[in-house]
Amino acid sequence: MSDGPPGGTPYAPHSPADVEAMLAAVGVDDVEDLFDVPAAVRFDDEFDIEAHGEREVRQELAGLLAHNADLVEFLGRGHYDHYVPSIVDHLADRSEFLTSYTQYQPEVAQGFLQALFEYQSIVVELTGLPIANCSLYDAATALGEAALMAARVADGSRVLVPDLLREERRSVLENYVAGPGLSVEAYGSDDGNADLDALADGLDDETVMVYVESPNARGAIEESVAGVADLAHDHGALACVGSDPVALSLLSDPASLGADVVVGDATTLGLRTSYGMGLGLFAAREEHLRQVPGRLVGASEDATGRRAYTLTLQTREQHIRRERATSNICTNQAWVALRAAMHAAWLGPDGLVDLAERCVELPRDLAARLTEVPGVIAPHHDRHHFREFVAHTDQPAPAVAADLADAGFAVDAVGEHELQVCVTETNADHADDLVEAMEVAA
Amino acid sequence: MRRYDQARWFDDDRYQPLLAETDETTVEVGGDGDGSSALPDELTRDELTLPALDEPDLARHYTRLSQMTYGVDSGPYPLGSCTMKYNPPFTEDVAADPAAAVHPDRPDATIQGTLSVLHRLQDYLGRIGGMDAVSLQPPAGAAGEFAGIRVIAAYHEANGNDRHEVLVPDSAHGTNFASAAMAGYDVVSLPSGDDGRLHSEALDAALSPDTAALMLTNPNTLGLFERDIHDIAERVHDAGGLLYYDGANLNALLGRARPGDMGFDVMHFNLHKTFATPHGGGGPGAGPIGVTGALAPYLPAPRVRRDDDGRFELFDPSETIGKVHGFHGNWPVLVKALAYIQRLGDPGLADASAMAVLNANYLASQQGYEIPYGPFHHEFVASAGDQDAAEVAKRMLDYGVHPPTTKWPEIVHEALMTEPTEVERRETLDELAAAFDAVRAEDDATLARAPERTAARRIDQASAARKPRLSWQALRGDG
Repeated sequence: MSDGPPGGTPYAPHSPADVEAMLAAVGVDDVEDLFDVPAAVRFDDEFDIEAHGEREVRQELAGLLAHNADLVEFLGRGHYDHYVPSIVDHLADRSEFLTSYTQYQPEVAQGFLQALFEYQSIVVELTGLPIANCSLYDAATALGEAALMAARVADGSRVLVPDLLREERRSVLENYVAGPGLSVEAYGSDDGNADLDALADGLDDETVMVYVESPNARGAIEESVAGVADLAHDHGALACVGSDPVALSLLSDPASLGADVVVGDATTLGLRTSYGMGLGLFAAREEHLRQVPGRLVGASEDATGRRAYTLTLQTREQHIRRERATSNICTNQAWVALRAAMHAAWLGPDGLVDLAERCVELPRDLAARLTEVPGVIAPHHDRHHFREFVAHTDQPAPAVAADLADAGFAVDAVGEHELQVCVTETNADHADDLVEAMEVAA
Repeated sequence: MRRYDQARWFDDDRYQPLLAETDETTVEVGGDGDGSSALPDELTRDELTLPALDEPDLARHYTRLSQMTYGVDSGPYPLGSCTMKYNPPFTEDVAADPAAAVHPDRPDATIQGTLSVLHRLQDYLGRIGGMDAVSLQPPAGAAGEFAGIRVIAAYHEANGNDRHEVLVPDSAHGTNFASAAMAGYDVVSLPSGDDGRLHSEALDAALSPDTAALMLTNPNTLGLFERDIHDIAERVHDAGGLLYYDGANLNALLGRARPGDMGFDVMHFNLHKTFATPHGGGGPGAGPIGVTGALAPYLPAPRVRRDDDGRFELFDPSETIGKVHGFHGNWPVLVKALAYIQRLGDPGLADASAMAVLNANYLASQQGYEIPYGPFHHEFVASAGDQDAAEVAKRMLDYGVHPPTTKWPEIVHEALMTEPTEVERRETLDELAAAFDAVRAEDDATLARAPERTAARRIDQASAARKPRLSWQALRGDG
């Protein structure tokens, strides 16, 4: 294969003689005769998209991407960077994994099915809940699916979410619940944690689900998860907890605090920063098994009596149940789940707990140093934090963020005088430089 | 005929041991009040039990699992409606560019490269679909359908229309029904006509002031082009409804016809089908949606535009439905699809569809199962006749090919929905046809024993569902 601009697709290996013979076998003279497209809708133009050699495409797109500024990111708010060991790339990129489809024929897909079964098991261990699906798109859509599930199993029309919930996540939730006509309402917070009194005031028996995050949108570890769950249960609502696998390695498992559903972004394992691609984590209680959205891998036996795996309980799914399915999801994030499981097994529980403890210590250390900078108070909330925290700045935060960007750092301004700073093992080496830059910017 | 045996690692009662059967390590979490812990004990778990594998063991575990997985790189994969074409690995390298690894909250001015890639893909997809505006946010085809139906709902609402029905042909993908229902619509299923296409009278009977939209796949799941599409569009529009295009079968039409020109108002693209990004065992995919100018204000936020100075920026459409993904969708999939589109260009894209349609027709002509409906394009639906299509599929595995989609669409008796895509050469198609014919000649007992050459033998689906065991904890009885 040469690397010139192809005259046709380089990935269809038909010689002219083959095409001739195939046309003869089909009984037409010209391949265009096979298109049963009336003239009135026939497209006789071109897209005006030029063909290129492989090298050219790589060079050109690398050239475009080179226009991204090389900033050190201290950004979090739902998308986090952890170091992913090389072995994850090399194994996940094995083309049998990469180029296979959903496991409709389990006998030739045992490997991928087992990997997904293992992913589900890891999620079960981390959440404490007995049922985990093998992925949804991301944390926001998993939250939307949780609310839809709650509306199927509980009576009512209200979903309560923290007032600190990331706006984008809430917007996705609102789209998901527009169908059944649920309302999404916020309950208040107290110094970066749930305000249980405010929640109690807002709750009624019309509520189908109460959502709480730990760590939450401000990076604070929620100290009242059990309190939120108790209040939800008092009103017949489900308690839904948002978290991620690294945080769950250290924090009390949500099931023991009363969670009925756990959602979140599992790309904190296995995936480096990727402009927001996610891995929707979803786990639930046994009693809701048949209301769970998405694919489930189960164990069974094959004709030799050996344990084997298959997609199961598919009567919940769109290709069988159509408009009565528990969700419309078909394509999910299976390959990202594979990566997450690989990363978890590479770290092991020791590595996971160590990583999680660093996620507590690094922001604590950085906040302590930033608060020494005149004009900065960090952390803004008197809470334990995970990966990130809010810093109060006397100067307008957007201006400080802009100055920091000029100095080579990406930091989010989340309020008029509030910056959010995220630090993990991947950017901790630059913490000194950030503090120095802050001394100038703030 | 080519022989096949899938790699198989096994002992007496299982195949590859589970991670947790290889190692399970328990660590105590939290300190004993001596300040050695990062957090107070009341916030932490007591212990964590998970597998910990050394890297060499991890490499073998997953290499063996990959060997017990069949992909497009393993052999033919004519899974109807899924467009399992070859996934050129150079696109992986483009997506792995470290410069592309940026956080989704970066200010526009600092990610001009990322935004220019997205802008170009919006533009190219618009040209390919004949659509005025594109959102790249939906992370999968079904997510695109949901976003598209939400856009339609917003449009009707803004125009004071109270419409609560979405029409879907009975042969449509299950996601169409589910997406419309999820968006709150009553779904009206339309029976197919005798020719396998949309039944004209059924459409007229169903259209009403309640009709919000008709969802259509064209060519449909039988591979047939809806020849009356202009007329259908006119009738739906006259009734005040909108027309939704399911892009699952777009690989049939590149450079021959565009949904926008046919009269569709909204469409989704399946980048993991038509534009060759790998399916990854079920995802990630990407399901961008394209719309006409009238619907552009309702698209998900944000989109990318270029200002007068040539700078790229994110913006929220004026009447946006909001978001359907927490960030910007599946970025790596988007950049891979753009690389593929630029590699092929006009001549390659047109050729891909030509060869896809030729391959389906050639394969159909070389095998003996009856094909009740035609003329078909990139896929055909054969009938297994007296055989059970699901059993036929199991036996086909023994010939080293992934079988077609089975038992759907239901209007074909014992359906074998077959889509070879453009990537198979003539000799491969001949082998595929030979596999079809070999199975066709076999008796029920042979089919019932199949598969015999795969990593696992026939798996008991019923008991998996009757007694769900969904984790290693459940297998041990402690889940």
